[in-house]
Amino acid sequence: MSGTGYQGKKNIPHLTSERLLIKGGRVVNDDQSLYADVYVEDGIIKQVGENLIVPGGVKVIEANGCKVIPGGIDVNTCLHKPYLGTPPVDDFYQGTKAALAGGTTMIIDHVTPQPGDSLLEAFEKWQEAADKKSCCDYSLHVDIPHWHEGVKEELDQLVQEKGINSFQVYMAYKGLFQMPDSQLYEAFSFLKELGAVVLVHAENGDLIAQEQSKILGMGITGPEGHPLSRPEELEAEAVFRAITLGNRVNCPVYITKVMSKSAADIVTNARKKGSVVFGEPITASLATDGSHYWSKNWAKAAAYVTSPPLSPDPTTPDHLHSLLACGDLQVVGSGHCAYSTFQKAIGKDNFTLIPEGTNGVEERMGFVWDKAVAMGKMDENQFVAVTSTNAAKIFNLYPRKGRIAVGSDADIVIWDPDKIKTITTKAQQSALEYNIFEGMECRGGPVYVVSQGRIVFEEGKLQVQQGTGRFISRKPFPDIAYQRIKYRNKVMSKQGVSRGMYDGPVYDIPATPKYITPAPSAKTSPTTHQPPPIRNLHQSNFSLSGAQIDDNIPRRSGHRIVAPPGGRSNITSLG
Amino acid sequence: DQTMSYQGKKNIPKITSERLLIKGGRIVNDDQSFYADIYIEDGVIKQIGDNLIVPGGVKTIEADGKMVIPGGIDIHTHLQMPFRGTSTVDDFSQGTKAALAGGTTMIVDHVIPEPGSSLVEAFERWREWADEKACCDYSLHVDITHWNDSIKQEVLSLIKEKGVNSFQVYMAYKDLYQMSNSELYEIFTFLGEHGGIAQVHAENGEIIAEEQNRMLEMGITGPEGHVLSRPEELEAEAVFRAVTIGSQTNCPLYVTRVMSKSAADIISQARKKGNVVFGEPITASLGTDGTHYWSKNWAKAASFVTSPPLSPDPTTPDYLNTLLASGDLSVVGSAHCTFSVAQKAIGKDDFTQIPEGVNGAEERMSVIWDKAVVTGKMDENMFVAVTSTNAAKILNLYPRKGRIAVGSDSDLVIWDTDATRTITAKTHHSAAEYNVFEGMELRGAPMLVVCQGKIVLEDGNLHATAGTGRFIPCSPYPDFAYKRVKARKQLAILKAVPRGMYDGPVSEFSPMSRGGTPSASTRTSPTKAPARNFYQSGFTLSGPEEAPIRPAGRRIVVPPGGRSNITSLS
Repeated sequence: MSGTGYQGKKNIPHLTSERLLIKGGRVVNDDQSLYADVYVEDGIIKQVGENLIVPGGVKVIEANGCKVIPGGIDVNTCLHKPYLGTPPVDDFYQGTKAALAGGTTMIIDHVTPQPGDSLLEAFEKWQEAADKKSCCDYSLHVDIPHWHEGVKEELDQLVQEKGINSFQVYMAYKGLFQMPDSQLYEAFSFLKELGAVVLVHAENGDLIAQEQSKILGMGITGPEGHPLSRPEELEAEAVFRAITLGNRVNCPVYITKVMSKSAADIVTNARKKGSVVFGEPITASLATDGSHYWSKNWAKAAAYVTSPPLSPDPTTPDHLHSLLACGDLQVVGSGHCAYSTFQKAIGKDNFTLIPEGTNGVEERMGFVWDKAVAMGKMDENQFVAVTSTNAAKIFNLYPRKGRIAVGSDADIVIWDPDKIKTITTKAQQSALEYNIFEGMECRGGPVYVVSQGRIVFEEGKLQVQQGTGRFISRKPFPDIAYQRIKYRNKVMSKQGVSRGMYDGPVYDIPATPKYITPAPSAKTSPTTHQPPPIRNLHQSNFSLSGAQIDDNIPRRSGHRIVAPPGGRSNITSLG
Repeated sequence: DQTMSYQGKKNIPKITSERLLIKGGRIVNDDQSFYADIYIEDGVIKQIGDNLIVPGGVKTIEADGKMVIPGGIDIHTHLQMPFRGTSTVDDFSQGTKAALAGGTTMIVDHVIPEPGSSLVEAFERWREWADEKACCDYSLHVDITHWNDSIKQEVLSLIKEKGVNSFQVYMAYKDLYQMSNSELYEIFTFLGEHGGIAQVHAENGEIIAEEQNRMLEMGITGPEGHVLSRPEELEAEAVFRAVTIGSQTNCPLYVTRVMSKSAADIISQARKKGNVVFGEPITASLGTDGTHYWSKNWAKAASFVTSPPLSPDPTTPDYLNTLLASGDLSVVGSAHCTFSVAQKAIGKDDFTQIPEGVNGAEERMSVIWDKAVVTGKMDENMFVAVTSTNAAKILNLYPRKGRIAVGSDSDLVIWDTDATRTITAKTHHSAAEYNVFEGMELRGAPMLVVCQGKIVLEDGNLHATAGTGRFIPCSPYPDFAYKRVKARKQLAILKAVPRGMYDGPVSEFSPMSRGGTPSASTRTSPTKAPARNFYQSGFTLSGPEEAPIRPAGRRIVVPPGGRSNITSLS
């Protein structure tokens, strides 16, 4: 249906200044769609419109009415995250290849240092690996495995010098990555000052640890123990707590891997109440469910092990799609983290040792189209928003990424809404020997993928070169998250009530109180040195009703004592 | 309009076998209302009906068509509570007098052991204090202020031998009473197994500690700092977490002091999802709000300090009364815990030091009548449910308490729906020199209170005697909470999937690495040196067991448990 006319230079796709003209497509951004041609030069979109005047020798792609959309941005991959010393089978080369084949032209990978590691060193290690192997542009999130004073300096450096604006914290993995609420509060406070986006792995790790030992104690060691020990309400609980923390600190919160209806509902409700919170379902939670954990095939059941787990409730994917369509969830990641069956088998006798992760980087966009757009839940603009634009906005890449506009990077996908594909292990780019979506049919897919102005996918064939992906640095304070935060900072400053000093009697506390209201600070001035009260309280004519402004007004109907905050009188003594 | 005819023995109300006939009243229980006479002997209701045949020499009370309701049960008080070497100003005598004056004939007080001390010893101490002074029947909750194996044994003996079935844990008061999630899980599991009710003080103490620091650093030291550092979402968060833990452990949950709309909403939603959870708003949260923390009168502002704090949102009381009427909240306590202004002034320079507590034992029933029944939110039967019957059911004292029925204790109240009184510290029965409801006009008040078969309030005069209150033991597994819990326990048995052993290759890994999924146990046997070459394996997940591809729905339907039993990769 779409044809390509090369004018020379065929098979040399990696030339620096390739010029491309995409003709006859429907340009779809998150806000509007229009028929227009797109002219690309030096990896940048130079012109968008009709009857463009372009130089000769330009390669022309006939889009034939297909959608011309911004390349997808996959905000959640783990292509370099080792498990017990073994790397995932999809590294930056294998993983970005799979991404491109699915229409994704940029990934944001998670740097996962171990507790005690330097964040900076880990970041550099990841960057080195990605620079060597990545086939598409990439950026990095840095996970904070452990909160301490020293980490602050590294975070500051990562934000100011290294172009990182998003950091993940963990509410699960007790004894390893998990942070208690007070550390989360500090981390949120600090990251907010830096203008970063806080990513949260939201599951209650304390309760998971309890449930895991209970379930192992019952003799359940197979993969079904994984969802049994991590029921979805533990996810919902942590999401609720993370949002509460975000509200208190006035810090944007981004929930990675929204896997269940109840967690998604918490995000929805919080947004309705005005919280600055973003929710990211992943390919797996949008396309399959947790019933497979009960498969009698151990290897198959183990393939689905990821955290939070896929919900055994089969209505989950549909619900999550609906929330994506209405904007309550914003971004689709893949959570792509590929461990072979061989690696998964480390946990063959104990589900808590099964390395966690599912595939999905290649299938991500297809399933959103298939299950949301083709079903009439979502329009094509929202499709672009959740697969690309929103991610670019939240992580401050917009409009360089996430939009087809003059000046934007030429990461472009020509999307055929009618292309039908059956997911199989044989046809996939991933190096995994399984695919959790095996056998599923998917409508909608890329015909051409243009990354950095070059055609990297055409007619079902990839033409990629490892090491061409660039690290894209990101500035702090993304508008979509921080505009509101800045205003709220101004209005949220609290003021004390100006009162005269209380000069009435004070009960004399014994020197070593055992029974006290806990005081987090010691800055109170001990009242033991107070001169003994002169007045006898019982002779005082003080009464609370006496001088209050509102006491004389008889109120028959409501009987409310209306005292405006701050009141009006200034009685400070009891006499 | 109410007349009484004594036949001898006037002014000697405390004899053991007083006989009373209440005539012409409308009996209101939580399920129905009807006109009948009540005959009482030896502190027990002996007969209910028309034209009762009663012995001579019986004192007769003409109720004249007024409501006769079960005496109120105040499920939450802190009387004579020790605090920094002193104690709350209302002891068991003063406090129960206030309760009786408001139509409450039984209280349940909280035993608060100091962290590290024995629960049973603290319980015995409270028993002594109450036995000596209480003017009405009482029971005790015991707060679990720390957790270890010996406390477990104490909890067990309190349940089995001492008549305690409810225990409070704290999610706030960091470094003092606060329990971690794991401890909460263990306590809930334990209580769920032994038929106890887990009560929670639900506020996120970790975040409160941070917020308190922040407020003090900003120079906010007055009582407004109390509510600023404890915003209602921290209450809601903790309620949500407690509900989650209760549901995981299948333990009935009771949230003490529901103070805010958002916390109440969490309880409503949880109940709709089937969680066994009860919410207890208190007199103060139903009758007033947190705007007073900004009062320029320090003493007045401090008198409202309690935790969780009263919400500054003035629509809160109305909202909580509505949820009480609809049954989403279950029971009303007073959380009566009174300190003098001089005691409150311990925190005059630092709000975190202000002793926490408000009055409310005396006003409790009238506040609900005025705010919920008079306004048409709640009917009289629901009024009885939330002030008395539900508490009796939760404590497993029903129908001995909380109901007017033959065989029940004769704790009852003739309720005057038309009486109006103005609340003021000048006339209240508490020893506190302030009243957080000061100046409020409340409709509905007890006209006559009968406690243990004796008239203790009549014509506005109290005839209470310290030491007459009995300890009422509460037994475990109250039906109200545990019928459902028991049924669920039988359903909740998890089963492993019967699979053959996985006998494929296993990756080598570094077992000492900290980089793994944390394991609750280390019972894995690391398999080494895989014999097979994995890449030559013909295994695919789409092997023979897969369901056929369905173009219409395209769901891969694999029933839990699957069908095949492939366990090897080749």
